[in-house]
Amino acid sequence: MDHIDILITLAKIVAAFAFLILGAAMTVLLERRVSAFIQNRIGPNRVGPGGLIQPFADVAKLVMKEDIVPRSANRFIHDMAPMISIGVALSTFAIVPFGNGIDIFGRHVKLMIADVNIGMLYLLALTSVGVYGITLAGWSSNNKYSLLGGLRSSAQLISYELSMGLSLIGVLMIAGTLRLDEIVLRQTQYIGGILPKWNIFLQPLGFITFVIASFAETNRLPFDLPEAEPELVGGYHTEYSGMKFGLFFLAEYANMITSSAIITTLFLGGWDVPYIEGLGLAPLTLALVQVGGFLVKVALVVLFYIIVRWTIPRFRYDQLMNLGWKVMLPLAIANALGTGLVLLLIA
Amino acid sequence: MGTNGKMIRRSDLGFWQKIYLPEIVKGLGLTIAQMFKPKITVQFPDERFKPEPSFRGRPVLVEENGVERCVACGLCARVCPALAIEVQASETPLEKERFPVKFEINMVRCIFCGFCEEVCPEEAIIMSNEYLLAFSSQQEALFGKDKLLKPASQMQDRLDWLRAHR
Repeated sequence: MDHIDILITLAKIVAAFAFLILGAAMTVLLERRVSAFIQNRIGPNRVGPGGLIQPFADVAKLVMKEDIVPRSANRFIHDMAPMISIGVALSTFAIVPFGNGIDIFGRHVKLMIADVNIGMLYLLALTSVGVYGITLAGWSSNNKYSLLGGLRSSAQLISYELSMGLSLIGVLMIAGTLRLDEIVLRQTQYIGGILPKWNIFLQPLGFITFVIASFAETNRLPFDLPEAEPELVGGYHTEYSGMKFGLFFLAEYANMITSSAIITTLFLGGWDVPYIEGLGLAPLTLALVQVGGFLVKVALVVLFYIIVRWTIPRFRYDQLMNLGWKVMLPLAIANALGTGLVLLLIA
Repeated sequence: MGTNGKMIRRSDLGFWQKIYLPEIVKGLGLTIAQMFKPKITVQFPDERFKPEPSFRGRPVLVEENGVERCVACGLCARVCPALAIEVQASETPLEKERFPVKFEINMVRCIFCGFCEEVCPEEAIIMSNEYLLAFSSQQEALFGKDKLLKPASQMQDRLDWLRAHR
């Protein structure tokens, strides 16, 4: 590994982070516009063309706001919690492959930041760390609403992490590897020459359980109990203000993008654009089209997240736990067992 | 959809409803269909809401043949719950014999109740359709006769509406 490799990695990190931060800002705007459209309103359209500058104006406002910390709060942990949240949201993105590798300047560059051979485990491990940001935020604020939000978050994430992990086992068994880039490569073929061999078609049950668990992991409605504003004021970020609140906000949307990217990678064929090899494009163009295809898929999943939020009401806490333990977990186990059985019979 | 106010028990639900996912897909369809419906927002500084004649905007004095209809009876000042109206009467050689030398409405006090319009025997003070009332000082909010007078021709909508509904 010489210094050019380091430069390439740095460039990839900058590109991915810029994509994630800008994407989070744009997702905030998208959410506000889409929710407005669903409610027959127009939404923010004043700042910049179509409101494009609105998220930056919001961030500028948040940065200039006073940072208020409750006197009885644990200052150190109170400061640390948003950093954990945003750090986890950003670093999960490191293993997502943007596209197939490209050959440039006589080198083979893989379009992912970290080529980890235990990619899927890394993903599950990091999402577990993400709970700490929210739980610590709730605990350190020394406020009953925050604490309840934090506790709910940890209970919810533990319950849904199990079914999330188990629903991935099917994908794992089909691909036979934990590397995300190889999982995508396995999905580039066709079933019977027509249908793309995406895992959503091979693992529909796994897909549904994984998507539901992802909603719970990112604290999006219908599972946004940690911040349930009618019950808990603001939940875990009740006592946060200024940019520290902004970081939680950013982390929520960055998490949304990351989990959309992961859903895309694992189930929707990642950067695979079906039937494209028939066009005979030059390798570099092909790679760019595939990156574009990946981004489009991620954007569509993000849009799905947003529309679901404005459609389904929040679950009650006992319903959430019932769904997690009595429905999702058995389904995920059944899916894993069924996939294993089918693979065994085929082999 | 279409429960007709009937209570639905969990045991009434069919298999597909209990599974919940098809119902979610239906709901998603509903929200997506809403996205393409016309928007009801009025984008205020660019577009303006055009009030109906029944709208109670700021009160104005009706002007006919260059003179106000008002005979300065003072009923409006008497009925005004916010004490926003001040009238000073004087005599005039015209047929109506009395006219207001000073007619002042403090628009900071006015609550747009329309009592003045209702009590007026001459249909001289009526509510207009103007609603853009922002002031940068208390002095600016004192509307004298110069700002209150409006030719009857401009207020015809409201006058017709009053005739039809009272």
